[in-house]
Amino acid sequence: MVKYVLKRLGYILVTLWIIITCTFFLMKNLPGTPFDAERFSIMTPAQQEKVLEMYGLNDPVPVQYVKYIGNMLRGDLGTSFTYVNQDVAKVIGSRLGPSALIGLQAVLIGLALGLILGVLAAWKHNSGIDYFTMILAVLGVSMPNFVAAALLQYFIGLKWGVLPIAFWTSWSCSILPSIALSFSATAQVARFMRTEMLDVLDQDYIVTARAKGISQAKVLMKHAVKNSIIPVVTVLGPIVVNLLTGSLAVENIFSIPGIGSLFVDCIKANDYPVIMGITIFYAAFYMLIVLLVDVVYSLIDPRIRLARGKEN
Amino acid sequence: MNNEMIKDSMFVKAEVAADEKEHIAAPASGMITDAWARLRKNKAAVVSLFILIAIILLAILAPIFSKYDFAFTDYSNVYSTPTKGHIFGCDQFGRDLWTRVWMGTRISLMIALVAAVLDLVVGVLYGAVSALLGGRVDAIMQRIIEILVGIPSLIIVILFLMAFPAGVGTIIAALSITGWVNMARLVRAEILKLKNQEFVMASHVLGSNNLYIIMKDLIPNTVGIIVIQVMFTIPSAIFTEAFLSFIGIGLAEPQASLGVLINGGYQVLQNYPHVLICPAIVIVLIMVCFSILGDGLRDALDPQMRK
Repeated sequence: MVKYVLKRLGYILVTLWIIITCTFFLMKNLPGTPFDAERFSIMTPAQQEKVLEMYGLNDPVPVQYVKYIGNMLRGDLGTSFTYVNQDVAKVIGSRLGPSALIGLQAVLIGLALGLILGVLAAWKHNSGIDYFTMILAVLGVSMPNFVAAALLQYFIGLKWGVLPIAFWTSWSCSILPSIALSFSATAQVARFMRTEMLDVLDQDYIVTARAKGISQAKVLMKHAVKNSIIPVVTVLGPIVVNLLTGSLAVENIFSIPGIGSLFVDCIKANDYPVIMGITIFYAAFYMLIVLLVDVVYSLIDPRIRLARGKEN
Repeated sequence: MNNEMIKDSMFVKAEVAADEKEHIAAPASGMITDAWARLRKNKAAVVSLFILIAIILLAILAPIFSKYDFAFTDYSNVYSTPTKGHIFGCDQFGRDLWTRVWMGTRISLMIALVAAVLDLVVGVLYGAVSALLGGRVDAIMQRIIEILVGIPSLIIVILFLMAFPAGVGTIIAALSITGWVNMARLVRAEILKLKNQEFVMASHVLGSNNLYIIMKDLIPNTVGIIVIQVMFTIPSAIFTEAFLSFIGIGLAEPQASLGVLINGGYQVLQNYPHVLICPAIVIVLIMVCFSILGDGLRDALDPQMRK
């Protein structure tokens, strides 16, 4: 187990290094400088030199690369081009809160609603609630999150006027974006849970439990739900990917000062240090979540052993 | 009495050709006929199939037969709500949304189809080569895949779009650069599984050579998985294109794709919701139908995978 986790961590480090190297050299070769061409050209050579030095742009590219990696290991991701004199790490850190809150709320809504719908749908197989859940699941997976977010903003925020439609002034501002982000999570969890439950409800031990005269509710909660909830952990990986993607559009739609909107703004402004920082952050976060899911899954389900390394 | 009536001469040895003994009375139902028979029973999948065919036909034909060009501006009809002349209404330049939506659908579908085909070719080749060669080649190819799988594909796509000028070709390339990995993994796993199964061993024993086994035993049995994977690749490509264009780093005006149209509609959502809702309905319809049809095909092509 420890060996497996270490091996995976090794892979994550190699992958991160590859990502960092590729993005670094890509950024260096992209057209456009971070500076306004007109203002830069009227500076004296000494001033130009000074500006370039401040952003570490006057070294040869390989030297810049070595410096970047060295600084990064000490937690210094460079200076932002657009947020004057601000550390990239600080810029990203200041945007972490809103994104984390929305993401967490979306996962919680998705898990709660998805589990309830999935259990009900499987329990009342081929009933109204089952069809409702299936339709919801297909819609939730198929409807692009930015379309869902735009429609929510229009109908609930604007037409109905019960919730703030944008900005980040109070907790209520996080409700609509969280709901918009939770759609696909809800759909995925509901669908997965329903399938698992249907499988489990078919097992002999459920029949035995019923034959022993245990009440329906107890069979459901103690035997069926408990056994089918375990594999649901595995959908957490895809859900987190969806949240990362979704946050880019949803944070823009609701004008939330999070990482997603920062990323999009910086892409449009050619703020390479911040783009690199967020790229590294996203990649590391995603890979750690996937690893975490695998480890948790093996811990709670003794039938799964983390020996897949041997097969490959 | 009876015995006397029956003489040896009454019996003639029947001449049955050796291959006739094994004669199959009905024509063998191939995989496609089989799958179609099963798919036909799935009403939702059939309906989805017909809706998709209708959407594809509209995407091809509607811009051709429309009275308006998709870029034709008419300032007397700015933000016109749906009328007889303009079925979906008009946008901020008085351009006919009916034509623009189907033009956008055409471009989105084209991007998705080309990306899916590229995924298919690269993924199947990579997976098959990795599984069939085995040994050290397989090990190296798998390490590469393991690293690629770790990278969130969205990041590669975005970086790719920053490095190259935005356009249909760039988007297709960006989508395919990450898309083939899943296909390669699926195909490799399936071929590894099939390689050791009894029917392949039987085929070996009966004297078929490797090429015959690949062509006749392995590939036909992986087609199901490949088709299903393609059915899920297409909507995800449509989604990614729309997403990129929506956040402003994919295609841009005056080009029309579903993402560009939704972005344009979102800008004026407050006052003219129809400009967003028309392309939104089309994209949701496409995604839902592909999703249902994909599920239906999975059940039809591989009954063992049915869930």
